[in-house]
Amino acid sequence: MSDEATKPSGTVKFLSGNEACMEGAIAAGCRFFAGYPISPSSEIAEKMSGRLPRLGGKFIQMEDEIASMGAIIGASLAGQKTMTATSGPGFSLMQENLGFAMMAEIPCVVINVMRGGPSTGNPTGPSQSDVQQCRWGTHGDHPAIALSPSTIREVFDTTVACFNFAEMMRTPVVLAMDEITAHMREKIIIPQAAEIALVNRRKPVLQAGETYYPYEAGEDLVPPMMNFGEGARYHVTGLDHDRTGFPSAAAEIQESLHRRLLDKIEKHQEKLLLFEHHRTEDAEVLVVAYGSTARSAKRAVEEARAKGVKAGLFRPITLYPIPEKQIEAAAAHARRVVVPEMNLGQYKLEVERILGKGPTITGVNRVNGEPIAPSLILSAILGD
Amino acid sequence: MSMDYFQYLRKEKMPHIWCPGCGHGTIMKSILRALDKLKWNQDDVVVVSGIGCSSRTPGYLDFNTLHTTHGRALAFATGIKVANPKLHVIVVSGDGDAMAIGGNHFIHACRRNIEITLIVFNNNIYGMTGGQASPTTFTGFKGTTAPYGAIEQPFNVCSMAQAAGATFVARALDLDAVAMDRLIVQAMQNKGFSVVDAWSQCTTYFGRPNKWGDASDMMEHYKALTYNVRLSDKMTEEEKAGKYPVGVLHQATRPEFCAEYDKLIERVRPVEK
Repeated sequence: MSDEATKPSGTVKFLSGNEACMEGAIAAGCRFFAGYPISPSSEIAEKMSGRLPRLGGKFIQMEDEIASMGAIIGASLAGQKTMTATSGPGFSLMQENLGFAMMAEIPCVVINVMRGGPSTGNPTGPSQSDVQQCRWGTHGDHPAIALSPSTIREVFDTTVACFNFAEMMRTPVVLAMDEITAHMREKIIIPQAAEIALVNRRKPVLQAGETYYPYEAGEDLVPPMMNFGEGARYHVTGLDHDRTGFPSAAAEIQESLHRRLLDKIEKHQEKLLLFEHHRTEDAEVLVVAYGSTARSAKRAVEEARAKGVKAGLFRPITLYPIPEKQIEAAAAHARRVVVPEMNLGQYKLEVERILGKGPTITGVNRVNGEPIAPSLILSAILGD
Repeated sequence: MSMDYFQYLRKEKMPHIWCPGCGHGTIMKSILRALDKLKWNQDDVVVVSGIGCSSRTPGYLDFNTLHTTHGRALAFATGIKVANPKLHVIVVSGDGDAMAIGGNHFIHACRRNIEITLIVFNNNIYGMTGGQASPTTFTGFKGTTAPYGAIEQPFNVCSMAQAAGATFVARALDLDAVAMDRLIVQAMQNKGFSVVDAWSQCTTYFGRPNKWGDASDMMEHYKALTYNVRLSDKMTEEEKAGKYPVGVLHQATRPEFCAEYDKLIERVRPVEK
């Protein structure tokens, strides 16, 4: 009998992005998944429902995306590494509880397989139109970490990274995949467990009789986390709170909480930034692209080079926090920057902000459910 | 019977936010007496709430406590219970929190029959936001968003719970704390999803606009609106019309979610060779 659950890692497989995401989550130690069906992410929930009980983990189909997000926060507080997966409208529904997880500093992972919006939009076509929702989806100033993979192996690796970042930073992390990456199949070599570096939430070290302050952070700005049921009976709230976890109306406490939540991302930024430079060292025309669009962009850069144009690609894998210095460095020699994306210019806004009035910045944008072909990007590189 | 309430209270969080005459403190004490009787280790008890006056309860209690978003306490609680079934999970919620914004989670928690006890602090009004009509405001009664009296029909919390599949359903009045203690103990002992519709008077926002007097007057009104379910057989339909039964209203034995999941794991887990 072939046995998926006990098969050793390091095996060659032919997987879709959604399947690779499930494999990555399992490899990262995820043993709790709550979700609600929605295209084009549903395969992740389906695969988790099959795999998790075989590993002694738990899958639960909730009544909606709001409940799914609540359940993964609760399960994380009870000590599990947890995940949900959804798409555009479901991601919108998760925003309030995502804000709760950011505020209460509960690690968890949200997979958002982007689809066309607003509203029901285009449920099955590719899109990258949730980029700004990944940054600013919930209300209030808040920290955000969001990654976007381009290949099937990278889906696996970034899913693992999402769990590591969530555990390291005590915050929810979003994987923003486009539908092409989610449904495309590629050969993937799933690495051996020993090759995968995992991070677990840091536990407090308490002397006998010492009080646990769940929101007292040291120099790294990330408070150590004890799980519910482990002996320190503490309070968690979405209200502005002090180091004890209880609500506080003191102005200086509220101010320092909100600043710390952002500062902790800033402080650890270098560890969170994943990106790829492709022929950017002398690039006079720089393309900034992510997700499946970056695959078209790479091809367009090669074709431009063949025509004698010094083109290059900078590919942010971490969309947020933004690899700002890296984008600046990649654009050092650029007179023109092209930002292709399957939305109407959401990441271009960020590139414009970073590069200011230097190079000319052009978007190549599609919101019609079709991918951006290399020829479109090539035209923009050549300035046609 | 004497017990040390302070063993279970975060004294430094007092005084509580509730108005004079509010019934919420009575329900909170009843929950503590029930927990004291069950002798569960405090480290193994989790109290989860949403948003509202009742939802401030966990902050006063010395357990693992979680104050979540409006209406969503049951979703968070479900995650906690499924992730670690050894924990005793209690959810406290208000009538607006549980039956309006959280109504969907309420019916699905009942359907799943997951071993969680939900205590609905039902005062027929949104207290914290200033007295708006809630899903349990009686028809014709006033709230700040129903200045001419509510024209909608209220939900019956217990009928909803039973219809949706909860396996222990009871109604309790804060004016009979002894009965409430007994009902909450039974709810917590049930191996499934339990609902206690615990009535509480909101003197400030329900009593005043509806001219129901002070706390003791309001208790008299609630007493007149209810009857003991054990006397049901001896009462005529006319006597029961428009009134709410109090006591254990429904008990059933049905598979519990976490236990079923454990069986599923046993069934599909690969056998070690």
